[in-house]
Amino acid sequence: MSEFEPKIVAFVCNWCTYAGADLTGTSRIKYASNVKIVRFPCTGRIDFMLLLKAFSEGADGIIVSGCHPNDCHYTSGNFHARRRWLIFRSLLNFLGIDVTRIQFTWVSAAEGAKWAEIVNSTVTKVRELGPYTEYRKAADYVASQEKEVFNG
Amino acid sequence: MEKRFISQPSLMQWLDKLNSEGKHLYAPVKKGARVDFARVSSAAEISFDHVQTTQSAKSVAFPRTEVLFSYEKEKGKVNLENFQAEKMPSTVVFGLHPCDAAGFNPLTAIFSWDSRDEIFDARMERTTIVSLSCTRPDESCFCTSVNGGPGNTTGSDILLTPVKEGFLVEILTEKGMALVKADAASFEADRGDVKEDFLAKLPLKFDLKAVQERLTNAFESPIWKKQSQRCLGCGACAFVCPTCACFDIQEDAHGSKGKRLRCWDSCGFALFTLHTSGHNPREVQAQRWRQRLLHKFSYMPERLSVRGCTGCGRCSRACPVDMNISEHLSSI
Amino acid sequence: MVDTMMEEKATASTKVFSSELSQKVAGLLQSGDVQLAIGYEKGTKRPRPCFISETDDADKLIFDEHCTGNLAVYLTKKELIGDSKVAVTASYFALRSILRLLTENQVKLEKLVVLTVTSEGKLIQFETAEDIAAYIKSTPVPAREDDKVLLEKLNAMTREERWAFWSDELSKCFKCYACRAACPMCYCTKCIVEENRPQWIQPWASTLGNIEWHINRAMHMTGRCSDCGACGSACPLDLPVHLLSKKIVEEVSESFGMDANDTLQGGNALSTYKPEDKETFIK
Repeated sequence: MSEFEPKIVAFVCNWCTYAGADLTGTSRIKYASNVKIVRFPCTGRIDFMLLLKAFSEGADGIIVSGCHPNDCHYTSGNFHARRRWLIFRSLLNFLGIDVTRIQFTWVSAAEGAKWAEIVNSTVTKVRELGPYTEYRKAADYVASQEKEVFNG
Repeated sequence: MEKRFISQPSLMQWLDKLNSEGKHLYAPVKKGARVDFARVSSAAEISFDHVQTTQSAKSVAFPRTEVLFSYEKEKGKVNLENFQAEKMPSTVVFGLHPCDAAGFNPLTAIFSWDSRDEIFDARMERTTIVSLSCTRPDESCFCTSVNGGPGNTTGSDILLTPVKEGFLVEILTEKGMALVKADAASFEADRGDVKEDFLAKLPLKFDLKAVQERLTNAFESPIWKKQSQRCLGCGACAFVCPTCACFDIQEDAHGSKGKRLRCWDSCGFALFTLHTSGHNPREVQAQRWRQRLLHKFSYMPERLSVRGCTGCGRCSRACPVDMNISEHLSSI
Repeated sequence: MVDTMMEEKATASTKVFSSELSQKVAGLLQSGDVQLAIGYEKGTKRPRPCFISETDDADKLIFDEHCTGNLAVYLTKKELIGDSKVAVTASYFALRSILRLLTENQVKLEKLVVLTVTSEGKLIQFETAEDIAAYIKSTPVPAREDDKVLLEKLNAMTREERWAFWSDELSKCFKCYACRAACPMCYCTKCIVEENRPQWIQPWASTLGNIEWHINRAMHMTGRCSDCGACGSACPLDLPVHLLSKKIVEEVSESFGMDANDTLQGGNALSTYKPEDKETFIK
């Protein structure tokens, strides 16, 4: 029986976290390979809908990471992102979506070691939680319709 | 048409038997303060004491989302998979009222006026309609005003009317008879109950002929603007209506795999008639409201020889701002 | 402080109106001060919105705790209002909405006569936005017992139970958009659901698609929602969707200190920020 390997999608900003992840590599720090990184100019550009799409397309966990407050390359993008994440996370939690599967972090371009630590700890946590099939089950409207055509 | 009698306990037995044979049985079920159709695994779940369900029964033949076909591209080839009629379950919808059963007629007319809609036909073929006559109306009902009635048989395969100690059973089609034969022992001989004694009394709310005549000349009337002022332009009325059939074709695409599907749409939405050019022939709510009424009461009777309204009153009940259709019709 | 009634013009209609509200609106129409009045009239099962442009029709107007919905939704409909000056009888929550629409430049106070009737039956005509804000602040928020009960139930549930509840409820949604249509803040001429490049929200009804729609709408209401509950009461399937934006109203107040009663201060919750915004979940 093969052990479950979680699929993690990371939404990161170009100037800090992406560069930080680069540093992790050039420093030859080994870390889990479960993460697919999506690069944005800034965390302020990350639409909350993208996180939902990641889950519905097969991600079991998500990392969202950018520059530390006051260090944003565009001055205030991460401040706006922080507000958005606060509300979004609270709403998702209210709906019963597992927000422990989403890790928000600030990782600067110099924090190569931190990036490795974040990825490793997220992968470990999500591996324990298991695949996020509960969420994806809600996407299967074909199966649910074969059971019943009325949904009221 | 054959008549029988069935007692309440035997009715439950018959329905449970149908369920146990693998049929999908849909019936009205209590959902908090309202009642709506749902699949039941036991006849005990069925609600009998409501006036009307929130939604109509049209979902058995025209569900809110329907996959037409799916595709997968692989190495330059495209694998197409059409909808599979064999996968559609044998279905019984129970407990709908005569207005709902009658609604299948205009619905069928729309899905067959030019070419026949295969999926709709496939679902209708596999569905048996067992209706329940009405013993009481509410203030939104007006079936009698549109040539319907609380005990009408139009559109039903079997019609049950609550009488003393049980139900009068009218078996109207071969499909209905086949269903009865599944548990023939539950059905006794007709006791001679007079149906009309038990039906709801619903006085006319308006003169249909007069209304339809006024509608023929009402296209330019300022009344549409006045009536539609409070209309919010949502799709509630269209979606709960047993005869509304407007749909949208959509694609659920995921790279090399996807599904083509159709889903409910409403002529009340502001962008329903938006053209790619940017022109919108019905760009204000007054035009869309006029379309709704004329389509049901004027265009459909003219072109398809069937009225697009059975007087169930759901649109009025579901409307957040009380666009009471019989009230509006009377005031034209 | 809040203003009371304006001086009536002497040449009112000869009709005797049954309420102070009807009298006031009749006077406004008669004098030509407003061309249209938006209020409530008796409906089939409960009060419904009505539009008065003839003086004598003002007698239809009613206003009590049974008047649901949020009349501010009509204030952004150009096809209804055009260039007219409009009188509107606003409930407590509609007043909040009107202030929000003012800060978002969707209505102009010079084109409005804002009226309300207090729970004691007193008619008030507001002169300035500050007057409305002061009234909102000084009046207790109308309580909704059903919401309180359901929220307590939800807050006591585990995450899995909450997911079961919401995925079950939202699976019923058939995307009629009555929630959107009833909301005064949903005035976009092209809603995100009508955007297909890219198609963020699936137009067809399905459990997850519905959840995504409701999440999206609630997020777009952040800092703008008046907590009127019109979305929930408009829903033909009785889905408690108003609790989603209500949750966000609470979060915005708790996390950003921006109260729904403080509309005139602070700007929009998501397009402003404070460097000291708290973060407890960011590593």
